[in-house]
Amino acid sequence: MNDFLFKYILHLADNALILGHRNSEWCGHGPALEQDIAITNISLDLIGQARNFFQYAAELKGTDTTEDSLAYLRDARDFTNLLLVEQQNGDWGKTILRQFFMSNYQFLLYNRLQESKNAQLAAICAKALKEVTYHLKWSSEWVIRLGDGTDESHSRMINALHDLWPYTGELFIPAPYEKQACEEGIAPDVSELKEGWMQNLINIFDEAKLPVPPKAFAQTGGKTGLHTEYLGYILADMQFLQRSYPGNKW
Amino acid sequence: MNQKILDILAHVADPEVPVLSVLDLGIVRDIRMQDNGELEIMITPTYTGCPAMDMIAANIRMELSANGYVQVKITNVLSPAWTTDWMSEEGKQKLKDYGIAPPLPKQQACRSELFAEQAVQCPHCNSYHTTRISEFGSTACKALYQCRDCKEPFDYFKCH
Repeated sequence: MNDFLFKYILHLADNALILGHRNSEWCGHGPALEQDIAITNISLDLIGQARNFFQYAAELKGTDTTEDSLAYLRDARDFTNLLLVEQQNGDWGKTILRQFFMSNYQFLLYNRLQESKNAQLAAICAKALKEVTYHLKWSSEWVIRLGDGTDESHSRMINALHDLWPYTGELFIPAPYEKQACEEGIAPDVSELKEGWMQNLINIFDEAKLPVPPKAFAQTGGKTGLHTEYLGYILADMQFLQRSYPGNKW
Repeated sequence: MNQKILDILAHVADPEVPVLSVLDLGIVRDIRMQDNGELEIMITPTYTGCPAMDMIAANIRMELSANGYVQVKITNVLSPAWTTDWMSEEGKQKLKDYGIAPPLPKQQACRSELFAEQAVQCPHCNSYHTTRISEFGSTACKALYQCRDCKEPFDYFKCH
């Protein structure tokens, strides 16, 4: 088994799972019924994508590894999701901005990965890309609606920007397994995605009347298992059932 | 594909939109009879996270078993990715009769600009004077619309 490939797939899976879980916390709490349904539908897409990645990772690992053991029985240090996706939901503006940052990234990444020479990865990403395209459109519209909305919504977006911006740098700093996946021709160089990501962000922020923040110090660590304090709480919630009642099934 | 098996699968409904069969949806991609007598059904998910897929697989198994096919393997294929263009014309008509606006053809609709709305026909009064309430509806595959003429809200099966 290629160790870097397993790690790389797991990283993609963790990003989708943790963001999906965070969004699912809005279930029953959305600002309007339609948007409650929208954010939970996005969760469903993300968790579905995570399942595909986990199933593939489990297949690579072999023995008794399953998609469930990967999702429910690893500790925080073994998760390699980006710090961005584990950040707290905050208000609707912060959740929207986090989604926009991530959808903008996944859109560019999956676009490249759908042409990966690894056929399974390409198939998962080609399918996921169709869904991410919706997420990007929806979150872009909301960034514009809130940024160029009322004084209140605008100031909340500014606050969200202050909170989240330091976590965006990590997206484009490759971890060792990403470097190797790139060298093997399986994945793109994530640092190359930054230009397109920024360009799309500038277009949306211009319309949203939001300032494009200057270059900032990048908080890193998520990709190698060093997380903010929030991930532990997410896992405590998400893994409770399998930890307390091992092997329990529906 | 094997006509006898297709006739059986025509009775397996989508649990979320029961007016459609799995064939109408276009999710049955291939049927293979193996030398050892095992029947393999290749299906593809509509949306990655569609919670109906496990139930669809179970229903396919049950319907085949009721018709004497017990050695059945159901394989999920991801590529090529499912598109609403694979939905049968008959399926689209059934959807409309059921009160759900059928998906527009992909070339006409899938790449819409921000805030753009597609001209979706109201399945009740046939007016094109409709408006999108939400991009996301009661299931992953639907958006929520309302007709400005007859005022009825309705689901639109999104072009995908």
